[in-house]
Amino acid sequence: MIRWFIALSVSILCALAAATASAQQAVKLGIVTFLSGPAAGPFGVPARNGFELVAEMLNGGRVPAPYAARGFGGNPIELVMIDEAGGPQKQVAEFRNLAQRVDLVIGYISSGDCLAIAPVAEELKKLTVLFDCGTPRIFEDAAYRYVFRTGPHATMDNTAAALYVLERHPNLKSIAGINQNYAWGQDSWVDFEAAMKTLKPGIEVKTSQMTKLFAGQFGAEISTLLSSGADVIHSSFWGGDLEGLVLQGAPRGLFQKHIVVLSAGEPAINRLGNKIPDGTIIGARGPFGPFAPDTEFNRWFRNAFQERYGVPPNYASYKAVNALLGVKSAYEKAQKAGAANPNQDQIMAAFENLAFEGVGGAVKMSLGRGHQAVMDNAIGTAKTVGGELRIVDLKRYPADRVNPPEGAKSEAWIKSGFKK
Amino acid sequence: MSNIVSVLFDGVVYSSWLFLMAAGLTLIYGVMKILNIAHGSLYALGAYVAATIAGAWLAAGHAAIGSYAMLAVAALLVGAVMGPLLERGLLRWMYGKDEVVLLLVTYAAFLVLEDAIKLVWGVESMLLPEPYALPGNFQIGTLAYPVYNLILIAVAVAVGLVLAAALYRTRQGKLLLAVIHDREMSAAMGINVDRVYLVTFTVGSMLAGLGGALTAPTIAVSPGIGVEVIVLSFAVVVVGGLGSLGGAALGALMVGIVRSAAVRYWPEAELFTIYFVMALVLIARPRGLFSAPEARKI
Repeated sequence: MIRWFIALSVSILCALAAATASAQQAVKLGIVTFLSGPAAGPFGVPARNGFELVAEMLNGGRVPAPYAARGFGGNPIELVMIDEAGGPQKQVAEFRNLAQRVDLVIGYISSGDCLAIAPVAEELKKLTVLFDCGTPRIFEDAAYRYVFRTGPHATMDNTAAALYVLERHPNLKSIAGINQNYAWGQDSWVDFEAAMKTLKPGIEVKTSQMTKLFAGQFGAEISTLLSSGADVIHSSFWGGDLEGLVLQGAPRGLFQKHIVVLSAGEPAINRLGNKIPDGTIIGARGPFGPFAPDTEFNRWFRNAFQERYGVPPNYASYKAVNALLGVKSAYEKAQKAGAANPNQDQIMAAFENLAFEGVGGAVKMSLGRGHQAVMDNAIGTAKTVGGELRIVDLKRYPADRVNPPEGAKSEAWIKSGFKK
Repeated sequence: MSNIVSVLFDGVVYSSWLFLMAAGLTLIYGVMKILNIAHGSLYALGAYVAATIAGAWLAAGHAAIGSYAMLAVAALLVGAVMGPLLERGLLRWMYGKDEVVLLLVTYAAFLVLEDAIKLVWGVESMLLPEPYALPGNFQIGTLAYPVYNLILIAVAVAVGLVLAAALYRTRQGKLLLAVIHDREMSAAMGINVDRVYLVTFTVGSMLAGLGGALTAPTIAVSPGIGVEVIVLSFAVVVVGGLGSLGGAALGALMVGIVRSAAVRYWPEAELFTIYFVMALVLIARPRGLFSAPEARKI
């Protein structure tokens, strides 16, 4: 009798252990972000820090509502980190390898990498969530089933910047640009130029400088911009190029003699502080960093990040966390629909047209047939107060004011006069 | 008129920066027949060391003028430490091998040093803007230029003159020219070729470090800054003729001024112009502008 009792007890315990293990099967996430190279400092590492911090807090059940459930719907999450450096060809090879080892992939900062990875994700039928890259061409030039992007695309950076500039300086007559000569810089300038020409017909383009990525030295370009007489200078520079432009341009009066718009300038706030001259118009590629709404959720994230890493999160950190929260929301939505451990198809079905609360505000997967996120945008002006750089005159633009409607291509939408 | 002057001035500033890099590269090639790809990393090291020690100097509250001395110290440190380390520790084992093998060895050193820089300084950029802003501005027409640019030009001219004088007016320089002309004959005549190699590589490394140290105040010192530099310096050295100091000076001047004119008047062609100049020169003179004919050994 005792033997039977022991055997039964052991069987029940084993069954319970197996059930627990099954319920708590780890969800493996492949995370791809720059860990080396020039994009690591401004974007890659702040993004990695965001992923690691919030993954750890999700697993510990320490994220506030509506994300209080541990991990993804009770299942712990496990990150497999991959370096994005090396260019699209290398990334495609890395992705093919990574896709076999993880349940889904979240990643990619470079627009070039996103454009290369999306068709491969489709070919391998692997759920892939792009979190930061900006080019609108991902879902405007193709349709994907397995690819999602939880970060807004770059069109809203430049349409919002154009609106902001013209609301404050309605009589300006000319613009000039200095952008990096690759997909990101070219797309940004095309959108800004088109938006300015649409909003202010007859505006003159004085010069468009397209510099080699990481050129570092901009003496001749700054002379050309200073000589151009343009009222507004637009730049989507990032990283060392952005910091170099400010360091070299400010002493020469570039920022005093022109209205300078830095459409992706937010990461430089932490780096350069009051070296960014007063009056510089700055964007954060969404309502992130100091541009984020002052909500309890945002304060929680900023404080936790600052406490862990000693610096505030920048927009790359925000977008990394939003990607995690987006996948978690889709996963748990699929669970509510009846799947205890949802499979990839069930997660994707839940992800399409999903709306969730991000750390910078509401995220709606409303473009690209429900695969591309939109958010409100915010633009502000730099001003040093008491030795510290502040963002003043902050203006928020609703998502539908600065993003094209579903099915429209960004450039055509801007040129149509922002018709809905 | 002031437009043309400002284009020329921008060109000369860029040329000065290029020359500081190209001078070291061409000197090493002239003497040792090594196309030193690691030159880019030595430039980056110069920038990082300068940002570190000049930054520490300023943070300690010392006189800002002393930060210029720290830039020079950084260049000396990079040359004195990295030059002998690379030459004695790595390259001396490769002498006599094919030039392509040596090129690959220096490329490997470049990759190792790039990662070592990341290990030591991380991936965040470093800033040292004070020396750039400290001397103030001067005007060319309506345009303001930092006086720091004049310092850069003066240093490049001084480096060119000192190197030329050392090569052509001193006994050691003549010994070095003898090694350039014929290494084996020089060794047979009693010249300590190993020592000449060590000194040459150290001076070349110091010039790369100086280029980086003087650039540090104008840029965000960040991973990868050595990559762009080595490509441009190589173009300059090829235009001037591998191994020619005068050629490096003229090549830098041509590339700098043509680039500056392109930025002002034809920005779409800016990336193309440097290599267009290189292609034109190589069509007319396949070994570069000042390359001496090589003695044929029987």
